[in-house]
Amino acid sequence: MNGEPIIKLENIEITYGNIKVLKGINLDIYDKEFVTLLGPSGCGKTTTLRIIGGFVEPQAGNICFDGKKINGVPPHKRQVNTIFQRYALFPHLNVYENVAFGLKLKKVNSGEIRTRVAEMLELVDLNGFQPRDVNSLSGGQQQRVAIARALINHPRVLLLDEPLGALDLQLRKEMQTELKKIQQRLNITFVYVTHDQEEALTMSDKIVVMNNGEIQQIGVPESIYNEPSNAFVARFIGDSNILDGIMHRDYFIEFGGNYFDCIDGGFEKTERVDVVIRPEDIIIEEPSDKNIIGIVEAVIFKGVHYEMIIDSFGVKWTVHSTSALTVGEAAGMNVSPGNIHIMKKTAETDISRIIINETDGGEIITE
Amino acid sequence: MNVQKLLKKIFSSGYTGFIFLFLYAPIFILIIFSFNASKSKSVWAGFTLEWYGRLFQNEFIISAFRNTIILALVSSVLAAILGTAAAIGIYSLKKRPKAVMMNLTYLPILNPEIITGVSFMLLFAFIKLSPGFLTLLIAHISFSTPYVILNLMPKLRQLDRYQYEAALDLGCNPFQAFRKVIFPEIFPGILSGFLMAFTYSIDDFVISYFVTGPEMQTLPIAIYSMIRKQISPEINALSAIMFTVVLVMLILVNIKDIRETKKREIKY
Repeated sequence: MNGEPIIKLENIEITYGNIKVLKGINLDIYDKEFVTLLGPSGCGKTTTLRIIGGFVEPQAGNICFDGKKINGVPPHKRQVNTIFQRYALFPHLNVYENVAFGLKLKKVNSGEIRTRVAEMLELVDLNGFQPRDVNSLSGGQQQRVAIARALINHPRVLLLDEPLGALDLQLRKEMQTELKKIQQRLNITFVYVTHDQEEALTMSDKIVVMNNGEIQQIGVPESIYNEPSNAFVARFIGDSNILDGIMHRDYFIEFGGNYFDCIDGGFEKTERVDVVIRPEDIIIEEPSDKNIIGIVEAVIFKGVHYEMIIDSFGVKWTVHSTSALTVGEAAGMNVSPGNIHIMKKTAETDISRIIINETDGGEIITE
Repeated sequence: MNVQKLLKKIFSSGYTGFIFLFLYAPIFILIIFSFNASKSKSVWAGFTLEWYGRLFQNEFIISAFRNTIILALVSSVLAAILGTAAAIGIYSLKKRPKAVMMNLTYLPILNPEIITGVSFMLLFAFIKLSPGFLTLLIAHISFSTPYVILNLMPKLRQLDRYQYEAALDLGCNPFQAFRKVIFPEIFPGILSGFLMAFTYSIDDFVISYFVTGPEMQTLPIAIYSMIRKQISPEINALSAIMFTVVLVMLILVNIKDIRETKKREIKY
């Protein structure tokens, strides 16, 4: 990325009671980037956003804006604005007064306020809504008012805390495209918090996957999806089959009861590893000694594809395919070398795997 | 079926009618008798405004009325300020201390007034504060502050906590955020707490009786000392005026509420 980061987090730590909410966060956010903090609830993503907004003070570490340390600078003196969960519009003010709020504080003259409010409402497609009571607006419209109210202050960085969480699916999709358009048109930095991986993949230039107060992986959507750095990321971004494997030598791995060529190397001889295979990367073949043999246990129609659960000696595989097998049928599963993602086992992934196994009813099988 | 419906209607409206009759009959009789030409409490001897005229010449009642209004205004304004600060403080406490503070708030309301009155009397005697306006004021502020707090708590609970942060985010310092966002939101609660404190202050007899001095008569105390001698129709006139004032205030508040809701939608 070009030049110095606009926001720099260095070793940020937060502890509430005896719970470590953030365990040393290091993150660079560059100008005009759309960055998404993605993770399950309680992973620390919202806390990270609130630190940037100035609502939470880090107990350790530095936060810099444009190269200057801004620890302790109160929210109203920062060049960032926030879109809050559930919008936090001021109910005693109408749409115009809500949007004009920031400019009135800066004592901008009323003629200019009027024009800029009109421009902003135009931007969020709420032309002519000025005199409306905010309580009479729909969720989607309130959201747009909140966006206009924040953007009218020309922030360098806009922080968005799960802004689409309260909207229905249809509206959420519309707003995703619209937010991305707004970001590109205004050419400013967006820091977006969500637990919805699809939202993150759709909108972001850069995704920061978080879990248990730590950053798991930072990367562009494609690399997060295709090359997850550990089992947690793989599981959190899309459906995955995560298996135990043994690297017998470079480019040769054993998992699921068979041997496969792969494109990774550099492991110890017979090192135990995590293997991630996306359900859509599995090729269904006639059962043979060249593939993994299983029995089809369930077939679910998903629209574009069928999702099948295939049981192979107790390991339940999730497979996506455009053609369906019948339940009880024997199937052979194969994977091309490029689609076998191999990750070093770490204490951290082992812990997250135990959590995943508990919550997912054992879809992913460990030894 | 139809007969049943009819009966149901008659009984339900009859029941409501009775309740209102019991509530309002005494007040209407009082108003009617305030225009009675005779001093009798049972015989109607023709219409007169004599008692109203005499009331306004009665220096004793007028000064008591003035004292009551000044006391009620000053004590309820101070109670509103004190109560608002207290409510915000209590609201931001953690669960346990919050429950403790709320119970401490309820206690003075549940405590029999006579005990509050006697204990104030003892306290003022103990700290050698001579009874008069100041003692009355202190007592009135202390018994009406809990009403402000109790009226405000539900409003604070309704507040979206992000609204305060949103105000800071848009450039308010904490004081501006309170004044521009929190205060307008909770103002109806402060106002109703203030009005409650105001009426309780005007109404209070028991506590005032114990803490006031000979020079300082409030209206309830003045009325009490007058009827000990003889019930004068001037009291009827005074009561009728007070009831009418309250009635008019109630109507005005209602009209204002309706207007404000409408106005909000056309304000630009």
